[in-house]
Amino acid sequence: MATKSEIWRVLTDPLVRQNPVTLQILGICSALAVTTTLATAVTMSISLTVVLTLAAGLISTIRRHIPETVRLIVQIVIVASLVIVIDQLLKAYFAEVSRALSVYVGLITTNCLVLGRTEAYARHHAPVPAMIDAFGNGLGYSLVLVLIGALRELFGKGELFGYEMLPLADAGGWFEPLSLMLLAPSAFFLLGFLVWAVRSWRPEQVEAPDYTPPGRAEAAE
Amino acid sequence: MTDLWRLFLHAAFVDNMPLILFLGLCTFLALSKRADAAFGLGVAMTGVLGITVPLNYLIYVTLLAPGAWGWAGLPELDLSYLSLIAFIGVIAAAVQVLEMILDRFFPNIHASFGVFLPLLTVQCAILAGSLFMVERSYTLAESAVFGLGSGVGFALAVGMLGAIRTRLAYADLPDGLRGLGIAFLLTGLMSLGFASFAQMAATL
Repeated sequence: MATKSEIWRVLTDPLVRQNPVTLQILGICSALAVTTTLATAVTMSISLTVVLTLAAGLISTIRRHIPETVRLIVQIVIVASLVIVIDQLLKAYFAEVSRALSVYVGLITTNCLVLGRTEAYARHHAPVPAMIDAFGNGLGYSLVLVLIGALRELFGKGELFGYEMLPLADAGGWFEPLSLMLLAPSAFFLLGFLVWAVRSWRPEQVEAPDYTPPGRAEAAE
Repeated sequence: MTDLWRLFLHAAFVDNMPLILFLGLCTFLALSKRADAAFGLGVAMTGVLGITVPLNYLIYVTLLAPGAWGWAGLPELDLSYLSLIAFIGVIAAAVQVLEMILDRFFPNIHASFGVFLPLLTVQCAILAGSLFMVERSYTLAESAVFGLGSGVGFALAVGMLGAIRTRLAYADLPDGLRGLGIAFLLTGLMSLGFASFAQMAATL
């Protein structure tokens, strides 16, 4: 059985050091598409974390019984069933948010984060560590989503969760909303700068250069 | 015919999957480091989208749509909530077939895809193609054209990004920006460019 510190490491590693979005390049699609407002970002984070944790637990429980050749289909079917449940729940209790998320809830099925973690971790580990790993990755994903969602809603509309934070110029305040923040390109820019910031803070994540100019290589030594 | 051509252009440029709709970004960013791998991914995407969208259309219309079982005396039956599982099953099967074909005939492309070929099953762009097909109630011909158009748009975008990043290997970037960071910024700039195609939609 894993020791306590090991469990803690598995849980906290994906927050910054192994963050799924900024380092592992997993689950980016939804991270950008649903972050125009904080409310959709939070709903998406919770849905994804729940699906990811349950899927990791289930798949890890039956990992010895899945034949290698059809494992992808089995994993996908399990994930898809969980997503259908979440989708129906959202439709029943949070109809408005569900409409705002449109096809992106269904796309949790194909969020590479879910399959990436089950392939890389849950398939080789016991249910409890697998679920902890999945939960940690869900949290890391949520962290990025909430951060970007908050920035985009705050500067795009001057609101957070739909409540006014910065008084708009139209309504007698001083804040001129940046409508570019609500469009596609700004999501890419924000995430790009976030990656830059994280990697400046943690230089060990910096990718090795593909090519070093000859003069520079000598200067570096 | 002109309607189909317009749909093709719309799917490829105006609603470009990675740049405007944020779909399929994981493979888009991970496989665009080299132009040839990016090109291979684009071709694979076009093939898989072109096959799975019409296939899923047939499955949806004959088995899942409300009233599809009317001929069997079950006009009330509505299985559309099963469409996620059905679509993903079709896609997974198509990807496995593609993987076997690549492994057999093009082993070097197969090797360069590595872990990302199985992840093509969970390519959001491919599933989204089928989901949009249902949401916008296309016909069979339209869904085939839509699938191909989206695939071509994806191939175009990923090919361009791959080409830019190949050149960028010689650039002297700040350490933290190297790799993923600059890829995001480039994608953002390309997305700005593709946003101008929205104007094209008005004149089509």
